Amino acid sequence: MSRRSFFAAAVLLILFLAGVASYYASDRPDGLQHVATETGFGDTAEDSATADSPLADYRTRGVDDARLSGAVAGVAGVGLVALLGGALFWTLGRRPAAGTAADVQPDQPDRAA
Amino acid sequence: MHVPDGFLDAPTSLATGVVAAAGVAVALRGARRELDDRTAPMAGLVATFVFAAQMINFPVGPTSGHLLGGALAAVLAGPWSAVLCLSVVLLVQALLMADGGVTALGTNVTLIALVTVTVGWATFVVLRRVLPSRPASVPVAAAVAAFISVPSSALVFAALFAVGGLAPVDLSVVITAMVGWHTLIGLGEAAITGLVVASVMSTRPDLVYGARPLIALRTLEIRAAGMTR
Repeated sequence: MSRRSFFAAAVLLILFLAGVASYYASDRPDGLQHVATETGFGDTAEDSATADSPLADYRTRGVDDARLSGAVAGVAGVGLVALLGGALFWTLGRRPAAGTAADVQPDQPDRAA
Repeated sequence: MHVPDGFLDAPTSLATGVVAAAGVAVALRGARRELDDRTAPMAGLVATFVFAAQMINFPVGPTSGHLLGGALAAVLAGPWSAVLCLSVVLLVQALLMADGGVTALGTNVTLIALVTVTVGWATFVVLRRVLPSRPASVPVAAAVAAFISVPSSALVFAALFAVGGLAPVDLSVVITAMVGWHTLIGLGEAAITGLVVASVMSTRPDLVYGARPLIALRTLEIRAAGMTR
């Protein structure tokens, strides 16, 4: 499989998970919430300072349809992580010697692109 | 596993914040060694996958769990990059999705980025040495590492709760419940991690950071295949 096809397939899978499959996620309390409730330390939990974010709890404010509301929030989150992570890793992965002889490797002609 | 605000007191949250900041700072230096313009896109992809996968809670009896992804990210992108992947995910979740508290961000980075990546990667490296030196060992080692990383993280939460928990609850009860449920949730972590690593190994093993020592002998063959991109 070419590198391009691999990344395309992975991005489709990620969008499917965040935009479609997430609707079918279990809404039971997660492990920590469950333990907190069962053992009696759940009551000290406070609402997050970002609880009024337009995407809080993976729902999009103003979008009433539950399926669409979750899909928009999920895909927006994916986009933001891709943007932040992409910028971070691109910056860290850049070689200061870019353009010098050390960067030109005969077995990777597309490296500089 | 995302800790909300209010479970731990301010000094404990501050301390985990310092630990998290130090961990991320060290990871920023370490990741430079793992990343180049070939591996950087993979690290970004892994962060994005972990965010999406964490939206999918799977039922475990009366509770539910989702992928944490520390072991998975470490095996696919390298341990330092994995810490950064998880930290980016946790930052977006805390600030936009109200998933995990804001004052608890340091706690969540410590538990879900630092602990799972450290335990997951250490376990993976040991297993890679013990198991037969072939590519098929990689998903197995990754799955076991993922399994162990989840109750480990739960145990560290219990330790933090012992130090700075705001509710007076018997510690042994918290430890038993946290580790017990998260051992079961760890089975899901193992299944997802094993499946994803096996899928990447079967298509582009050259993109799996943790497989590099095992496929080093086949480098020529794999590079040749990579040229067709």
